[in-house]
Amino acid sequence: MPSWIAEYPLLAALLALVGLGAPFGALLGFAAVRFRTEGNPIADEINAILPQTQCGQCGFPGCRPYAEAIAGGEAINKCPPGGESTIQALADLLDVEAPPLDEEHGEEKVKAVAYIREDECIGCTKCIQACPVDAILGAAKQMHTVIASECTGCDLCVEPCPVDCIDMIPQPESLQTWHWQMPAQRSNNLEIIATDATPAERAA
Amino acid sequence: MRRVHDFHGGIHPAENKHQSLQQPIRNAGIPPQLILPLSQHIGAPARPVVAVGEQVLKGQLIAEPGGHVSVPLHAPTSGMVSAIEDRPIPHPSGFPAPCIVIDCDQEDRWAPLQGVANYRDCEATELLELIRAGGIAGMGGAGFPTAVKLAGKPGRAVKTLIINGTECEPYITADDSLMRERATDIVEGIAILQHILQPQEVLLGLEDNKPEAIAALRAATAGSTIEVVTFPTKYPSGGEKQLIEILTGQQVPSGGLPGDIGIVCQNVGTAVAVRDAICHGRPLLSRITTVTGDAVEAPQNFEVLLGTPMQYLLELAGLHPERCKRLVMGGPMMGFTVTTVQAPIVKTTNCILAPTAAELPPPPPAQPCIRCGLCAEACPASLLPQQLFWFAQGKEFEKLEQHKLFDCIECGACSWVCPSHIPLVQYYRASKADILEQRREHAKSEQARQRFEARQVRLAQEEEEREAKRAARKAAAEKRAELAAQGDAEDPIQAAIERAKAKKAAQQDGQPVAASVSPEAALRQKLAKAEQRLAQSVASGEDAKIVSALEASVERLKGKLAEAESAATESGAT
Ligand code: SF4
Ligand code: SF4
Ligand code: SF4
Ligand code: SF4
Repeated sequence: MPSWIAEYPLLAALLALVGLGAPFGALLGFAAVRFRTEGNPIADEINAILPQTQCGQCGFPGCRPYAEAIAGGEAINKCPPGGESTIQALADLLDVEAPPLDEEHGEEKVKAVAYIREDECIGCTKCIQACPVDAILGAAKQMHTVIASECTGCDLCVEPCPVDCIDMIPQPESLQTWHWQMPAQRSNNLEIIATDATPAERAA
Repeated sequence: MRRVHDFHGGIHPAENKHQSLQQPIRNAGIPPQLILPLSQHIGAPARPVVAVGEQVLKGQLIAEPGGHVSVPLHAPTSGMVSAIEDRPIPHPSGFPAPCIVIDCDQEDRWAPLQGVANYRDCEATELLELIRAGGIAGMGGAGFPTAVKLAGKPGRAVKTLIINGTECEPYITADDSLMRERATDIVEGIAILQHILQPQEVLLGLEDNKPEAIAALRAATAGSTIEVVTFPTKYPSGGEKQLIEILTGQQVPSGGLPGDIGIVCQNVGTAVAVRDAICHGRPLLSRITTVTGDAVEAPQNFEVLLGTPMQYLLELAGLHPERCKRLVMGGPMMGFTVTTVQAPIVKTTNCILAPTAAELPPPPPAQPCIRCGLCAEACPASLLPQQLFWFAQGKEFEKLEQHKLFDCIECGACSWVCPSHIPLVQYYRASKADILEQRREHAKSEQARQRFEARQVRLAQEEEEREAKRAARKAAAEKRAELAAQGDAEDPIQAAIERAKAKKAAQQDGQPVAASVSPEAALRQKLAKAEQRLAQSVASGEDAKIVSALEASVERLKGKLAEAESAATESGAT
């Protein structure tokens, strides 16, 4: 062992650390270049949460652009089709407080599917051009129809139809979609004495 | 004696089984009308193969399986198909579902049946096909198609066949009475299952609160390889995973199936149905159903045709409608409230419970959780019900799944012990449904995303193609202009375009073609262009050769123009 190490322990330690730091730094630098992730992973994750209705109610041309905007700091409460659950999921992902839905962009509605009244359709293809997910089938001067299973219920095809033959039909609950509901939340007056109850509760 | 094991948790609710065991099984007879839902099992609904107005015989196929995981449906008695429409079915939602309605002719005429003389000569696949054709779905309560369950995963050997005679839920005695009265049929059915599965051992498990059934089964299994195993009564030892643990000490892995550890479970009722289907070719037409509760005069087990309206059965048992506050299909722990007495008995209806208000009082209002931990002690699936409850309230689906919500068998033990009367199971059922729905939605939105992206790509491609075409046209036009400017010969395309233009203009004015554009005018235009081109190339400092070529062409054009002009003046003069 060279004697200077014993003589200048501080210097030796410093050298050792620098000696370690340099190659590891280089390694990290190399890894950053070599394994660069393509695209924007956080925007991808946000996009996976958004409902993909592609309706544009958020003010962006589709869910992906809104996802990118959120990744860039846009508010997370602008998507009406997603509603509370999407806001909650986004808030969890981004670790922020979940704000209520921004009413300016619309309200959360029952899911609907577009339906073309086929005998009124004039075959103008305007709705096909509007549909963001290619859920409408038809050709010029032919009757058009919606592939119900692919329709996201975005409403975009309703406006362009010149003869107003597209209805948005809300999907009723059926045996297939029915499921158990959470028990009704407890009324407050179970935990408080009668005089503390709200007038409505006292009346009940 | 085989050593029996114990499972975690469990409770001891009042059994209330004796009421319905006073009388032997009674044949419920033929009601005026049968209502047969197309979906009485787990899987795709059956597809009707009869038309309204058609006469059917007892045992005749009326609906075929709608998919691989599905079972057919047969006419439980002879009569006429009077409707195929939505009718109320026993389902917690109260929604109606498609049913085949048969008006019975009370003659009970059989369709010709063909049993198998000796099942031992048959291949397992043949027997499975017969079981499938017999319309048999698990009779214990879930209603999973039996043939699918027996077929299992190919290439996986079955070590243990477990026959479930536990019937741990209070009030229900359908299997108990079946074991008492038809032990030999059960054993025959088990022998067929044995032949199909070739297991190393067969265990018939039941609780020690059924001494008559145990005695009957012991007698019937004497000399066979079937081992009757009894164990202390505890709810819910009839749960598939719990029974497996009791009998073998093995635990089915979380999220797994009994088949993963070489075990197949079948209910005693299913064994009898298998025997009927194989030995007599008789499809599943009836089942044993317990009708009990303080609101009926004579609680009893009935052999009842599938599709019999509950009202008919309840009247046979002497229902006092004024006493009955609600009607439950299944037991008090895992059953659900039926919304109408018009709903029929289906393949999975093991019990109809008509309790009085005092017997099954509405649950007192829930209080906040006091974290007593009783629920965790009672849970047979070793879950943490209070944690699940907490997460269910907050709709924290990820946490729920981490805490193995899907291992919950909805046995209700936790709700039963909860001193705060929290309807825990209802929270779990709702959460499970929410999670499944979220998964479905997610799959759907994923599909929408793919379609959207595919469309974006397509649009971009189309745009690009258009752009490329436009660019190509522009380049071609430039090239032509250059050629025209360079060469002394007229550019043929340019000339053609000009000719066409001239023609059009002429047609518009209604003038003859030749007179439209004088040759001098055309030349003048050309000259102007050429001069422009020359100025451009000089300005941009192009090759000297090109510049000189352009100059030459300008000169030539000037010459031509002069000639043409003089020709014109001459012709004008003459
Ligand atoms: S409002 Fe929601 S669903 Fe509609 S485009 Fe924006 S993010 Fe997508
Ligand atoms: S069919 Fe209409 S509502 Fe449905 S996705 Fe297409 S544009 Fe939207
Ligand atoms: S209902 Fe679920 S959580 Fe409650 S005790 Fe039964 S298995 Fe456990
Ligand atoms: S038994 Fe009820 S009160 Fe006790 S910890 Fe469980 S949920 Fe809470």
